[in-house]
Amino acid sequence: DPDRKTEVVLLACGSFNPITNMHLRLFELAKDYFHETGKYKVIKGIISPVGDAYKKKGLISANHRVTMAKLATKNSDWVEVDDWESCQSEWLETLKVLRYHQQKLLSADVTNSLQDAVPITKLGRKRKQEPNRHEPIKKKNQSPVVKSVPQVKLLCGSDMLESFGVPNLWKLEDITEIVEKHGLVCISRAGNNVQKFIYESDVLWRHKNNIHLVEEWITNDISSTKIRRALRRGQSIRYLVPDVVRAYIEKNGLYSAESEDRNAGLVLAPLQKHASDPRSSQALN
Amino acid sequence: VRMRSRIPVILLACGSFNPTTNMHMRLFELARDHLHQTGQYQVIEGIMSPVSDSYGKQGLVSARHRVAMARLALETSDWIRVDPWESQQDTWTETVKVLRHHYNEALRTFQSKDFTRNKHPMESSMEDSLSCQQPVLPELKLLCGADFLQTFKTPNLWKEEDIKEIVGKFGLVCISRAGSDPSQLIQESDLLSKFQHNIFLVREWIQNEVSATQIRSALCRGLSVKYLIPDSVIAYIAQHNVYTAESERRNQGQLLQPLRLQNTAINPLRD
Repeated sequence: DPDRKTEVVLLACGSFNPITNMHLRLFELAKDYFHETGKYKVIKGIISPVGDAYKKKGLISANHRVTMAKLATKNSDWVEVDDWESCQSEWLETLKVLRYHQQKLLSADVTNSLQDAVPITKLGRKRKQEPNRHEPIKKKNQSPVVKSVPQVKLLCGSDMLESFGVPNLWKLEDITEIVEKHGLVCISRAGNNVQKFIYESDVLWRHKNNIHLVEEWITNDISSTKIRRALRRGQSIRYLVPDVVRAYIEKNGLYSAESEDRNAGLVLAPLQKHASDPRSSQALN
Repeated sequence: VRMRSRIPVILLACGSFNPTTNMHMRLFELARDHLHQTGQYQVIEGIMSPVSDSYGKQGLVSARHRVAMARLALETSDWIRVDPWESQQDTWTETVKVLRHHYNEALRTFQSKDFTRNKHPMESSMEDSLSCQQPVLPELKLLCGADFLQTFKTPNLWKEEDIKEIVGKFGLVCISRAGSDPSQLIQESDLLSKFQHNIFLVREWIQNEVSATQIRSALCRGLSVKYLIPDSVIAYIAQHNVYTAESERRNQGQLLQPLRLQNTAINPLRD
């Protein structure tokens, strides 16, 4: 059916420390992009904050980060927050989070299909009545046409894509499966190096049709790092993060010089995990 | 012991606000933080003054909408407000006149408070008695982007005496983005250099260049502008169908009002 659009779910993984208007914009930009192609329909957006075991410097407790993300998406009718990843006691590879959400969709789909299914006996009776028909009978009560399961794609900025090149941060086999089986939606600003980065990697080049590049024309550099810096200096972050997030940060006194020192000196979980794994030091190309 | 009090400052931003974006409101926040961190000022108010329809800029929608949208955008702010005075004038008003109007209004308010204070000295608040016997007159400063500073260079656009008044009597708080540095612009002008103590340059390190033009363009194409302008403004635009291909064509081919008047102006920055 050429008119059927592929359903897409956008998954954004990250620290969200804190969530900013820029993070939220990524979803809007990706959704518009897919709709404009005429081939896809974005049905859901998922924000999955990383667990505390990630051990990134300045990372505050997952409870706060998840709460802020939920506050930020309260009035969104399609973007939601999932805390499964943040609840795990150990750090999880991004691929595992992708697989988890894809599996969740598959299971939901099977459940829905079972609910719609018609008992087999009825079907048998219909066939008996029309023995000479060779074309498939397209009747309302027949077993449902197999509906394609929504695809989960990883939504990110060019910084994450380019982090594929950081030694020991990603396993090559993970990157391969991410772009091959799932797909990437990468938002970057005009004049970026992303296309060059893809060109220089055999793995990414091979699956470039599954890497969707979206250009952000409105320069929007609201990084969480800058937000935390502004807060430490007593500067306003209004209009850079949703107001409910700003109020929450203020009320709970999050982000200070002390919080920025958390995990100082510790090795980032993926680096720790992959240090002894020969598979991770494989070059991206 | 007399405590040195900070000079109260009111920030005034003039512009189309077509529509008001998160960036417009950021300008106020940045300016306030900057002035506070000098230790010498206390920003007591922010005023957004949308230009009148007679400005004649292409795509400018009715002032009624622009003021309504600004009001919605500023709902959550406890110190910035929109003032429709400029938008209600029959003809386009020079920036210096808008400054004068709001300064006089501020003085009036200040003097009435002062009058009350002197009449009932025992009833004055703790704050009043602490901020010394002679309360400080508020200053009104024009809040703008670096592009505004640039326009001072356009021949015949400004009268020299107006620039002197804007920069000398009132003062400028000029926000520029991370990449650019307007101090050179100031150095290149004798007039601006003279008043550089009254020109506050603020660098915006967190780039957030949400231009209203891009917003309107996105809206016309059915693209999302969520998280770039407040939700309440998005809802208003949808409800009233404010921006359309037709609204973008308004004033097409027309000359901007200040440019129309420039025949009468002397070349301001030929120093």
